[in-house]
Amino acid sequence: MKLAVRYVPLLLLALAWEAAARLELSDALPAPSAVLVAWARLARDGELVANGLPSLYRAGTGLILAIALGSVLGVVMAWWRPLHALMSPLLELSYPVPKSALVPLTAFWLGFGNASKVLAIFLGGTLPVVLGAFNGARSSDRALVWSARSMGASRVRTLWDVVVPCALPELLAGIRIALALSFVLLLTTELYAAQSGLGYLISFLGDEGAYDAMFAAVLTVAFLGFVADRLFLRLTRRLLRWRE
Amino acid sequence: MTLPMDDSPQIVIDRVTHLYRPPRGREVIALEDISLEVRRREFVALLGPSGCGKSTLLYLIGGFLPTETGAIRVDGEQVAGPGPDRGIVFQHFALFPWKTVRQNVLYGLEKLRLGREERSRRAQALIDLVGLRDFAESYPAQLSGGMKQRTAIARTLAIDPQILLMDEPFGALDAQTRRLMQAELLGIWQRSPKTVIFVTHDVHEAVYLAERVVVLSARPGQVKAIVDTGLDRSDPGLFRSRPFIDKVDQIWALVRDEALKAQAGHAP
Repeated sequence: MKLAVRYVPLLLLALAWEAAARLELSDALPAPSAVLVAWARLARDGELVANGLPSLYRAGTGLILAIALGSVLGVVMAWWRPLHALMSPLLELSYPVPKSALVPLTAFWLGFGNASKVLAIFLGGTLPVVLGAFNGARSSDRALVWSARSMGASRVRTLWDVVVPCALPELLAGIRIALALSFVLLLTTELYAAQSGLGYLISFLGDEGAYDAMFAAVLTVAFLGFVADRLFLRLTRRLLRWRE
Repeated sequence: MTLPMDDSPQIVIDRVTHLYRPPRGREVIALEDISLEVRRREFVALLGPSGCGKSTLLYLIGGFLPTETGAIRVDGEQVAGPGPDRGIVFQHFALFPWKTVRQNVLYGLEKLRLGREERSRRAQALIDLVGLRDFAESYPAQLSGGMKQRTAIARTLAIDPQILLMDEPFGALDAQTRRLMQAELLGIWQRSPKTVIFVTHDVHEAVYLAERVVVLSARPGQVKAIVDTGLDRSDPGLFRSRPFIDKVDQIWALVRDEALKAQAGHAP
């Protein structure tokens, strides 16, 4: 019930949109009802699945690689100074770069298939994960590490037993940013050059002038992004339930 | 392993000097030429004003910081790093916040490679000892300060260290809880005697708990005096007894100058 009340503003927005479309205030604005019909058609024709699966594959692979490398790199950077010295100028330099600038580059390196898209998402997503892991690990309490050492944990062992759990809250916040970024980069790469994917579907339908269907595809991406974020928040709350 | 029952000291601190190097700024002499011997199963308090290096000395004994000048030996062996023979309890508890009380207590037992049953039996015994049976599955964030410190003490006692290093363990607790915890610690120590090195800046606490009080001077920390307390701790009226009050006065006189010096040192 509470949940339903919370999303009332969305319903109001949809109603206003429908009204605006019915009154023909703009011909670039298809009515939500028309978008729904178009969405059902896309779903029935198998277009959503045929394009959704490659998109999920690219975003998922890029993100998993970013999380794997980023977490390890960030934690070890906090623990071992030489790696920090080696990596930090690189990170500082790449931080302000708009990540979508990677898209033409990866396409140039790896062509128009999956690999270029996975690489762009991986490169873009790694940065927030590294920073989250690094800041989290660096803030780990010296007394906790010492406690573990005095109870018989080796120096390397404390990395896993103490530093990683200490880093977890900030690491998860970094991964959440990477998750949002992965959708941005997914769409950008697929709009730029692709033969499949939701981004490709959007640009294809736009070129065809099928605006109802294009809106339906855009909303599908928005919905997937929303669901992914909510699921991730639930996971985060579960992993950090000790913090209450 | 049989321990030598002779009177040879268990911990020997031999002319230790320690420099503290801040990330920026000049290095500071934290400890200067400290020598001290601690007998087996003795309760020693390190007392001094804040910044006198008493915690640093504890960390050196624990092997958390390297001894660069002088030597520290435990049971005749040079301290080369932390080890389960020297358990530590910190002022701010240093519990693993992602583990429950039980999981915290189990941590050290897992490192000892004991069987599962033996581990859980010992963990339960320690949890009972510190009176946290009903909170065994709680996370530290759900506990009061006193309960957190009980958990930390149980966790350290679980691995049965011969030496207990305590770094102002009751400093973060309210006055009532502190009194109760002091009595509890004394009870634990009397039932299973261990060597205890207890860092504090509270003269009452030092006199009440320790058999010997080592007074350190303001920075650089040096041993200013070593006082035997020689009090009968079974006396329920100890706090109001003449010998107790006299000891507190005697030691307070020693500490007072140093506290004033330390304060002057902090002035801008």
